[in-house]
Amino acid sequence: MSIKEKIIEGLLLMCAAVSILTTAGILWVLISESSVFFRKVPLSDFLFDTQWTPLFADKHYGILPLVTGTLLTSFIAIMVALPVGLSIAVYLNEYAPKSFRRTVKPVLEILASIPTVVYGFFALMVITPFLQQIFPTMAGFNALSPGIVMGIMIIPMISSLSEDALYAVPTSLREASYGIGATRYQTSFKVLVPAASSGIIVSVILGISRAVGETMIVAIAAGQQPRLTFNPLVPVETITTYIVQVSLGDVVQGSIEYQTIFAAGIALFALTFILNNVSFYIKKKFQEKYE
Amino acid sequence: MQSKSILIPLTFLLLTACGSKQNNDTSGDTLTGNINIDGSSTVYPITEAVAEEFQKIEPGVKVSVALSGTGGGFKKFGRAETDINDASRPIKHAEDSIAKAHNVRYVELIVAFDGMAVVVNPKNDWCNDMTVAELKMLWEPEAQGKIKKWNQIRPEWPNEEIHLFGAGVESGTYDYFTEVIVGKSHSSRGDFTASEDDNVLVQGVASDKYALGFFGLAYYEENQDKLKVIGIDDNNADNGAGPILPSMETVKNKSYAPLGRPLYIYVNSTAGKRKEVQEFVRFYLNNTNTLTAEVGFISLTDTESTEAKAKWESFITSLSSVQ
Repeated sequence: MSIKEKIIEGLLLMCAAVSILTTAGILWVLISESSVFFRKVPLSDFLFDTQWTPLFADKHYGILPLVTGTLLTSFIAIMVALPVGLSIAVYLNEYAPKSFRRTVKPVLEILASIPTVVYGFFALMVITPFLQQIFPTMAGFNALSPGIVMGIMIIPMISSLSEDALYAVPTSLREASYGIGATRYQTSFKVLVPAASSGIIVSVILGISRAVGETMIVAIAAGQQPRLTFNPLVPVETITTYIVQVSLGDVVQGSIEYQTIFAAGIALFALTFILNNVSFYIKKKFQEKYE
Repeated sequence: MQSKSILIPLTFLLLTACGSKQNNDTSGDTLTGNINIDGSSTVYPITEAVAEEFQKIEPGVKVSVALSGTGGGFKKFGRAETDINDASRPIKHAEDSIAKAHNVRYVELIVAFDGMAVVVNPKNDWCNDMTVAELKMLWEPEAQGKIKKWNQIRPEWPNEEIHLFGAGVESGTYDYFTEVIVGKSHSSRGDFTASEDDNVLVQGVASDKYALGFFGLAYYEENQDKLKVIGIDDNNADNGAGPILPSMETVKNKSYAPLGRPLYIYVNSTAGKRKEVQEFVRFYLNNTNTLTAEVGFISLTDTESTEAKAKWESFITSLSSVQ
């Protein structure tokens, strides 16, 4: 009996170990490969040079253009997803009848299950031509269109997590608010949203980190031209797009061009790692306790 | 007795004929030997593809294809170190002299044409042509971060940002473009969308009024409805004055210079006496058209193809008669 227990325990431990070992393995590959890169390129060049042209004759290894491209598309995505997602969460939680909520929530989740490659082509073939009628000088590849579509993609994430946070606000607060004569609108946005703010902020940060790591949409619709700009109407390149571009090309394995993808990868990892930890910290620190 | 001794090889022949369909070369017996090829990286994909197919049929022949570039290849070819040289331009006089000094005779065979298109958006109503000098100014490394607007190329063009698209830096197209436009292979500005995926380039130019891009001519022809091709003026009246639009004809008659050129293979005459080389070149000329189209070059017309084959056959004949 105890042997059987031990075997089962061992199996369970192995399952847990697989995910941890995978993470450790990825980290190891990233660090070992990029350490070769950083032996050839000083870290100061990587962080502060304003040009990223490792594939060309005149090589520059400044990650900044890729980082701004990534942050720009992610920022646009959050600008779309936060107001819409939060409104949906408030509406479902405070205004919508229970039966409506039960049907709408799963439908919203469908948005999250659309393959990102479909979103990418939607951005390129539908949103971009539409936006070009508003901004005639807008380039075919730009940050705005994939940003908006990425925002649509992360709406379910924001609305679902925010709704959970709103739902967790004790009924006593809501009743007290109504009790002193507040309207539904006042109760929602003056009492419940602030009370649930830690959960909402966490949802936003997770949304950003999802957008930062998103690959397919930006690879298809944002362009492949690293440039240091916050203009959403011109082609940019994100870190993920660069990795895709180099991986698909004919770059020689082991060359410095090849190692740049690991350097870019570690920058991306650092970015999402920081974001996830910040969200974890906020969750711990700012959780309002009412009980 | 007599009849029996004939029957045995006959049945053997029949059996081999049925058993392996692949062995349908004219000589009947399997070939052996090594064929050394070097030269242009542009022609390399065609030669490599031909070599691969050939070795499937003739496993006894080892074909090695290197890519030292046309010039580097001719150096070895002139010293009779290689059997065949891939070339993206005709042999130069100096290279020919070296070959003569080493007693190397050869034949030049045309295998395909390579062309490049410079394209803009169909809504672009100002740019119909550019000179080579203007293209150089736009694409050279010094232009990076400086030449950013259309009116910097010609003052009458719009004061709008120009969005550049070009073949990926690992492609032969990029090497070719930079070589003939910038003057140095693999040297260009770095702030443009460089993609190995021609679809990205087509999409980028087709959806952007202020875009300009370059890629293989074959790819333009497939997407003519979405793009506008512009004429190129090399300021050399000898090969046609003024800007010239690319087409099969202007590439072939060399007036679409410098963005169109023929591609050749050069075969050493001593090597040409060897059976496996003869068969390999025959196979090359027979199959090159399907393969070149796949790789994105312009195939030879039937007449040109027949001419090349005839040239090879008469070259072989001349070799056996001279001895």
